[in-house]
Amino acid sequence: MQAARTLFDKVWDAHVVADLGSGLALIHVDRHLLHDLSGPGALGALRRMGLEVRNPELTFATPDHGVSTDPARAEDTTAIGARLLPALRRGCADAGIRLYDIGAPEQGIVHIVGPEQGLTLPGATLLCGDSHTCTHGGLGAVAWGIGSSEINHVLATQTIIESRPAQMRVVFEGRLAPEVESKDMILWLIGRLGAAAGSGCAVEYAGPAIRALSIEGRMTVCNLSIEMGAKIGLVAPDDATFEYLADRPMAPKGRNWDRALRNWRTLVTDDEARFDREERVDASAIRPQVTWGTSPAHTVAVDGRIPDPADAPDQSTRDAWRAALAYMDLRPGEPIEGLAIDRVFLGSCANSRIEDLRAAARVVRGRSVAAGVTAWVVPGSGLVKRQAEAEGLDATFREAGFEWREPGCSSCSAANGEVVAPGERCVSTSNRNFIGRQGPGARTHLCGPVLAAAAAVAGCITDLRKLEA
Amino acid sequence: MEKFTTVRGPAAPLMLRDVDTDVIIPMRRLVGGGGDLSRYAFEPLRYGEQGADGPENPDFVLNRPEYRNAAILLAGPNFACGSSREPAVWVIKGMGFRCVIAPSFGDIFYKNCFQNGLLPIALPLEEVERLAEEARRAGARFAVDLEATEITTPGGRRVPFEVNPARREALLRGLDDLGLTRQREAEIAAFQAADRKRRPWIYEVGA
Repeated sequence: MQAARTLFDKVWDAHVVADLGSGLALIHVDRHLLHDLSGPGALGALRRMGLEVRNPELTFATPDHGVSTDPARAEDTTAIGARLLPALRRGCADAGIRLYDIGAPEQGIVHIVGPEQGLTLPGATLLCGDSHTCTHGGLGAVAWGIGSSEINHVLATQTIIESRPAQMRVVFEGRLAPEVESKDMILWLIGRLGAAAGSGCAVEYAGPAIRALSIEGRMTVCNLSIEMGAKIGLVAPDDATFEYLADRPMAPKGRNWDRALRNWRTLVTDDEARFDREERVDASAIRPQVTWGTSPAHTVAVDGRIPDPADAPDQSTRDAWRAALAYMDLRPGEPIEGLAIDRVFLGSCANSRIEDLRAAARVVRGRSVAAGVTAWVVPGSGLVKRQAEAEGLDATFREAGFEWREPGCSSCSAANGEVVAPGERCVSTSNRNFIGRQGPGARTHLCGPVLAAAAAVAGCITDLRKLEA
Repeated sequence: MEKFTTVRGPAAPLMLRDVDTDVIIPMRRLVGGGGDLSRYAFEPLRYGEQGADGPENPDFVLNRPEYRNAAILLAGPNFACGSSREPAVWVIKGMGFRCVIAPSFGDIFYKNCFQNGLLPIALPLEEVERLAEEARRAGARFAVDLEATEITTPGGRRVPFEVNPARREALLRGLDDLGLTRQREAEIAAFQAADRKRRPWIYEVGA
């Protein structure tokens, strides 16, 4: 009898091209995604090395980081876009790589586009030169982010050299409270376990509260795996996954679909399989979460208080908390609720899918953005935008005083210059609150779409229930 | 790629936890276009409020005269967490570092190091803190010997470390992954041919 294996083991084993010794393996890459920051340099480097893209038919590209999300955008609205976009186009055309270009309805954030197009598949390996590639694990793909040298490697060989990562499982027992979102689950987990808890691991999320999530919700959980230090986050595919994928443009069809489905149904962790670390947590105990500091681990419940460095578990954490409080201009012991804000950013590969926009729109409907607050909605892709407009969500946001923008990464990485000004406090549905991440001196509070929408309306960080009371 | 054998010199103790790649090299500098980015390394910590356009922050450890020529960086837990940007490695090398010692690393940064001749060494927190203590003494010099996988402290204490044997060999010889894998084209082709029969839907995209 074959030894019990985890979901991750099964996917990994099916992709070993060669055992390289010393615990390293040459792993086949089923899908490789490029974006405007990573793509042009890598395609240029390959050309200079005299190498060809080995499998352009397994490689896909879309511009997201550098493009403007201004409603009246042109390709050269941002200087970086003007520089990168022509290079990306030329590189993709020369190599025969399909590009979802600016202006096409499919263009968007690479981690939104992959699943939406059906490029991301259960049991597939998927790499991209972006750390939030772990997002694709929400469909049961094994996906992780790589640097520029490794992008060159994947382009030239369709493989990657990896050591088998340690494995962790997080089982969310019970049910989420009604106002709690998938973003709250993962922020809460990172706050509890720490920003390095999953260092280098493949993390499988399991349990009834994960099963109960939509595919989009699972992607949000997997998206922030990297903020827990994990390389990979994944959820076993199930009927909800297959339903999500059926009829996507790049998903298998007909006989291939039937064969794929038979394979995908085997992608579960065997009962006896062991993990290097296992956490069982009670999902029903999770309250809506928001970050107060400069690490995604600096998380409190929205009705909680900003922690005191005196209570930190060790010296390096104490120092980090002190520095974070100073940068964020906060005082220990204060409630996080009621903290006045300047901006709201609803977007990013963490939370810019249609369900996120629906959840935020429900809060916003019939209300107005508070005076002095600038609030943006940046849909994750042209298709998300189109769907939202068909449902009238754009009107809801616009009437409330939100800006309704074009798809891209925008103020999450601020690569396109869409920054939060120094000292401004921004409530953001993105995934990183690092120092200077949204712009020099910018202060970021991470949360889910519902809390972000509530903050836009209230002009401060607030519990949705207070807003509705 | 630059080979790594032995590195000697002062070690700079930057003992903060969770120093992320946005701090190591801010995005606006990455997209600023061209030139040596290493003057922007650690910009939010290294300079005052005006960033690299203004004066240095004299309190930042890497600005102290005794560490200006350090070749070894001692760092806190979860060093270089965050984004996949490989320039985070480039700018640390650009500052003159050849080796980073920390309790743990951002995984993508860790892998990027090996593609650029920067040696990342993971040691227990207590050991890194002890090295940092020793590094703060006047005139402290360390040696990191990759051949022997051993650090020698200023007092002559020897601290062994572990690194994947294949990664070590590649660093010693100055080889990155691409050169090695290109010799395995036949195996890749054979894998794909067999895999195409097992999982045709992977190769016949959208069909």
